[in-house]
Amino acid sequence: MKKWIKIACDAALLVVLALAPYYLSSYHLSLLGRFLAMAILSLGISITWGKAGILSLGQGVFWGLGAYVLAMHLKLAALAPGDMPDFMMWSGLDHLPVWWNIFHHPAVALAGVVLVPTVTASAMAWLVFNRRVSGVYFALLTQALALVFSTLLISEQAYTGGFNGLTDFNTILGHDITDPGFQRAIYWITLLALAIAFVICRWVLSTGFGKVLVAVRDGESRVRFLGYSTAAYKTVAFALAGALAGVSGALYILHAGVISPAMVGVVPSIEMVIAVAVGGRSSLTGVVVGTLLVNFGKDAISSAIPELWQFVVGALFILVVTALPKGLVSLPSVFLRMKSMLFKLSTVNSLDGPST
Amino acid sequence: MTTALLSVENVTVSFDGFNALDHMNLQLLPKSVRVLIGPNGAGKSTLLDAIIGHVKPTEGRVVFKGEDITRVDEYKIVRKGICRKFQAPGILESLTVADNLALAARRHRECWRSFGRRLSPEIRSRVEGVLGLIGLEEKRHSLAAHLSHGQKQWLEIGMVVASDAELLLLDEPAAGMSQDESTQTAELIRSLSSRHSILVIDHDMTFVEQLDAPVSMMHMGKMLREGTLEEIRNDPQVAAVYLGRAKEIPHA
Repeated sequence: MKKWIKIACDAALLVVLALAPYYLSSYHLSLLGRFLAMAILSLGISITWGKAGILSLGQGVFWGLGAYVLAMHLKLAALAPGDMPDFMMWSGLDHLPVWWNIFHHPAVALAGVVLVPTVTASAMAWLVFNRRVSGVYFALLTQALALVFSTLLISEQAYTGGFNGLTDFNTILGHDITDPGFQRAIYWITLLALAIAFVICRWVLSTGFGKVLVAVRDGESRVRFLGYSTAAYKTVAFALAGALAGVSGALYILHAGVISPAMVGVVPSIEMVIAVAVGGRSSLTGVVVGTLLVNFGKDAISSAIPELWQFVVGALFILVVTALPKGLVSLPSVFLRMKSMLFKLSTVNSLDGPST
Repeated sequence: MTTALLSVENVTVSFDGFNALDHMNLQLLPKSVRVLIGPNGAGKSTLLDAIIGHVKPTEGRVVFKGEDITRVDEYKIVRKGICRKFQAPGILESLTVADNLALAARRHRECWRSFGRRLSPEIRSRVEGVLGLIGLEEKRHSLAAHLSHGQKQWLEIGMVVASDAELLLLDEPAAGMSQDESTQTAELIRSLSSRHSILVIDHDMTFVEQLDAPVSMMHMGKMLREGTLEEIRNDPQVAAVYLGRAKEIPHA
């Protein structure tokens, strides 16, 4: 019964979101599109952190890899044949590097959006988890990776566009990106991708694999001593989160029109985790809602008082961790508990007789 | 003579120059119970660690079913048919009782084969059987976190049984149990010996007596004496080790 209520809520949310192009301004639709793209990444964090207990503070890296791969394709698609991106010419490069050129083909770019982050995430996870590095050390390692990645992007200006990143996308598969009708299509594609990712995650968690992940969070060595290679399970979970992050990054830049190192570094990576924590890290619906709320909050606050956001996000994190460790999704049950406590309290009072 | 299921040959485990196990030898026959006793720090738990691959011996080897498993990864040793119950209950608290058992019972533990949702009828019936054995049928859908301490102990014993491993290693299975519960545990272990070999560590002599099995006594990382409980009690060497600790081996 309760399961049906949950599915009905998810379906209602999906319908409300699907109709958004009919009631939101194009500015707000573009924002919502970005945040829905971010929600795909959050689903991955929910699986790794919420279920398996693997905290990564470097999801920005995999998100960034997906974003940069698509951005490279968009950059090339905007050029006349034989031309090079402007920043390469300014940096004195005389020909396009091979690893740029391969993404000229849309199919390769599309595969790259998923495969590049997935392969990077699996390679890193396999090396680290096999050496039994976990917990806070893993979090620090991923954070360092985020720092290295953004620093590398800035320093290799000739290949990455440096601090400014990649921008001025105007065409994808022959469509004009700035066209409002096409923006609407991109919005629905993003929502569809989110819905598919959601269903995949839900399915993954319902399988034996999902049970093992939860078990790993409870007692990794116990699971190993039941004959499971926990490193393999954690690696697959992390790879899945990497793939989702890559897709998320690629969809995001279709709405935002730009990707730069500042969007993939340490601070954005931490904000991704905070959004998940606020929504409720172990609930898939929770992380989607949390991501939307935190990002809209960020947009509203930063456009009113730009300096305030960092303080608000810090305070929000402390508040959630201390008062609501299971996130916003646990509010209804917390509310019910408080109500029953109040109810008990009032019955106790009534035993003392009326106070009048 | 039957060939040993497990043989620990000359195994030495040293931590920073201290030999937790010192040229230790042990043989276990198929379908038999063996009790391992010894003072604290004698190396009993380290021996289990060495068998299951948790610590790697500096010397000697561990042979299981004729195969040298000394350098094999822990989870692969488990897949070969050894399962261990730890001293502290190591149940998985966010899973239900039935899921805990199913996780232990599953045959295919490779990651790529874990994406099925349904358990095979064989596994399901084994989980049912174990639920009955440990008396937790009513609790099958409760989270393991909500069990009492004794029930958690039972659940972990149940997980080891559900694994259907040929060799079960039980580290203090009756710790923290009431007299009745520990009697039941002893009965359960004796009945299991028709299918499994079982190596039990325990301090509680009443419990050891109930197990009614050959006893191996360890001291300072070595095998001191093997025999029946009565022989061990009457051994002058054992008495010397326990001098001043008479309480640990009381005469019945």
